[in-house]
Amino acid sequence: MKVVAAMSGGVDSAVAAARAVDAGHEVTGVHLALSRNPASYRTGARGCCTIEDSNDARRAADVIGIPFYVWDLSERFHADVVTDFMDEYAAGRTPNPCLRCNERIKFAAVLDRALALGFDAVATGHYAQLRTGPDGLIELHRALDHAKDQSYVLGVLTQEQLAHSLFPLGDSRKPDVRAEAARRGLLVADKPDSHDICFVADGDNAGWLREKLAERSPNPDGGWGGRIVDDATGEVLGEHEGTFGFTIGQRKGLRIDRPAPDGKPRFVLDIEPVTGVVRVGARERLAVDRIEGDRARWCGTVPTRLEGTVQLRAHGGEHRAVVETDGDLVRIELLDHAEGIAPGQAAVIYDGSRVVGSATITATHRVSGTAGVAVAGVARVSS
Amino acid sequence: MPETVYLDHAATTPMLPAAIEAMTGHLSEVGNASSLHGSGRRARRLVEESRETIAQVLGARPGEVVFTSGGTESDNLALKGMLWARAAQDPRRTRILSTAVEHHAVLDPLDWLARRGHAEVELLPVDSVGRLDLDAFRESLERDPDSVALVSVMWANNEVGTVQPVDEVVQLASDYRVWVHTDAVQAVGAVPVDFATSGVDALTFTGHKLGGPYGVGALVVRREVEVSALLHGGGQERDIRSGTLNPPAIAGLAAAVEHAAKHQAEHAARVSALRDDLVARVLREVPDAHLHGDPVGRLPGNAHLGFPDCEGDSLLMLLDARGIECSTGSACSAGVPQPSHVLLAMGCDPDQARHSLRFSLGHTSTAADVDAVVAAIGPAVERARVAARRAQSPAQ
Repeated sequence: MKVVAAMSGGVDSAVAAARAVDAGHEVTGVHLALSRNPASYRTGARGCCTIEDSNDARRAADVIGIPFYVWDLSERFHADVVTDFMDEYAAGRTPNPCLRCNERIKFAAVLDRALALGFDAVATGHYAQLRTGPDGLIELHRALDHAKDQSYVLGVLTQEQLAHSLFPLGDSRKPDVRAEAARRGLLVADKPDSHDICFVADGDNAGWLREKLAERSPNPDGGWGGRIVDDATGEVLGEHEGTFGFTIGQRKGLRIDRPAPDGKPRFVLDIEPVTGVVRVGARERLAVDRIEGDRARWCGTVPTRLEGTVQLRAHGGEHRAVVETDGDLVRIELLDHAEGIAPGQAAVIYDGSRVVGSATITATHRVSGTAGVAVAGVARVSS
Repeated sequence: MPETVYLDHAATTPMLPAAIEAMTGHLSEVGNASSLHGSGRRARRLVEESRETIAQVLGARPGEVVFTSGGTESDNLALKGMLWARAAQDPRRTRILSTAVEHHAVLDPLDWLARRGHAEVELLPVDSVGRLDLDAFRESLERDPDSVALVSVMWANNEVGTVQPVDEVVQLASDYRVWVHTDAVQAVGAVPVDFATSGVDALTFTGHKLGGPYGVGALVVRREVEVSALLHGGGQERDIRSGTLNPPAIAGLAAAVEHAAKHQAEHAARVSALRDDLVARVLREVPDAHLHGDPVGRLPGNAHLGFPDCEGDSLLMLLDARGIECSTGSACSAGVPQPSHVLLAMGCDPDQARHSLRFSLGHTSTAADVDAVVAAIGPAVERARVAARRAQSPAQ
């Protein structure tokens, strides 16, 4: 096959490209320029992360012996991923931009362009496995190395996208991939893994959001500050400088000087970006046993009812669950309760190791019996 | 791999056999051209003979040829060195007039000078074929001629090939005794260039664009023009430029300049005929393609073509896969294509600016190269258009 290997400049995608060559494919390395920053490198701004990564990818392609190009997808990335990330946070949701990037950029814009230019598939360094199922459909499975498994962020891919994807690292463990990179003479063998959101240069997501969203602030001072309120009593416990600094389930950094009457730690239960109210309360009140989602995406056949598992964040655990679908909508009953679940996160649904599909969480329901019922506030259930 | 069809001579062109011979013949010789002994004198003699050859074929005096590391250094030396010297003579002279279509080796030093408060830079507009708007130039100059330190106008544009009206610029500037620099990197060997006749005060050229080696070039600058040094040290080149001279490379440069200048007319006739054939036949294959730049007053090897509704970098990749090597004319160090500042200055919108490919022919180009482009361009454009259409449609 003629394959585009998406090369980030990291070790995983470099080894993935090399393995695609070994498998007999005609491989072309492509680095995606996603930042609009490189244009400003002339003025001395630090857009150099992108340039360094691009050079690392280029040198890996040289070593592997494949042609290499940079594709500028910065406009699409900004429109489909960065703007979406800001919109979601402004609406009080917690999006995962990596899923969005896979859905809209790597396996959409890049794949579309590759197919149009005469390629057959896109290979990436994601840790996930593809298998052909008994019905002939391509199945997406968790990686052999569960610690590195990235099937969660691929849970948005459709059958059509999976049919044109290659994940050469799915059956490998990370240390082996690094060793292989060293053996192949790839200079990125020791390059540290990336963890942060790629477009937030310094890793300070809250600061980045505060700056980018200043003009959308509901407050005259341009800030997103507000009150921290005890969910049970309504008592105001403190002030904060922006809802972005908080995630549901967070315990540390609340800066509340008054201890709870029962002496137990308080957790963020709810964030209302429009009013700026952050509600805190006891850990028990975090437990969620029902989830609703929309924007369902299915890897293959669409299930109507499924007893399986769901994963609710990128490095989260599995929860046994019963999933029911109704068109674009998904209702999930969690047999294993979950904590710290926020609207905007993706619920990825598994049947064993196989990814069935995913949905974007729109509402969470606390375990009944604790005070209060559904927490579906105005800001939280949004179409 | 398919055989390479190299059509990127404006980026760099293969070394001429005469230049290779001249250079390699001296690689094994020892001698610092500044040393006083026999080996040093031999090295110095090679440098000075080369300087004389270059001066003679370019219509300059030997003492006017200052060897540098190439075009970028020569441009930086001219702009900064001449501005600082001129402003030191006459502190009122702080304006630099240039064009919006200069190479980055001119634009970026100008931007640097402006940001640091050393100069007020005016980038003058061009018309739709990329030719300097002389009325705008005259207006800008005559608004306050005594405040102008320097004019810098390229001899010919590296992207779209348009030859600039350097004669007229010199005429206007000389009325006010304003210095003129020209970046002639693309021009020497391609069009007739005579330093003395042109009347410019300083001229940039480089070896690897005309069949010489990389990493060596010169600033030809009139003896009467003062230039502040950028590189300080041994003072080898008139105290304007320090650094141990590179005799083998300078010998290769001289051989290339001599050959290129002597054969310029026949080279231009042969290459422009191939170029015209390429343009005519590509336009037959892709009827809505169009030529950018001046249709008449342009470099003989330049065919800068716009292909509506497809991206230049898709086309480049598809042609590269078939061994056809050309340019989008707008690469930057990250490899991220930015819309060309030249096309934007010519009035193209950013989308149009992304549609373009530059084929540049040179001394090794053949009719078979043209045939290869003509055979490949139709299907490549079709493919690239499909890709562009898919990119337009909203993602699902």
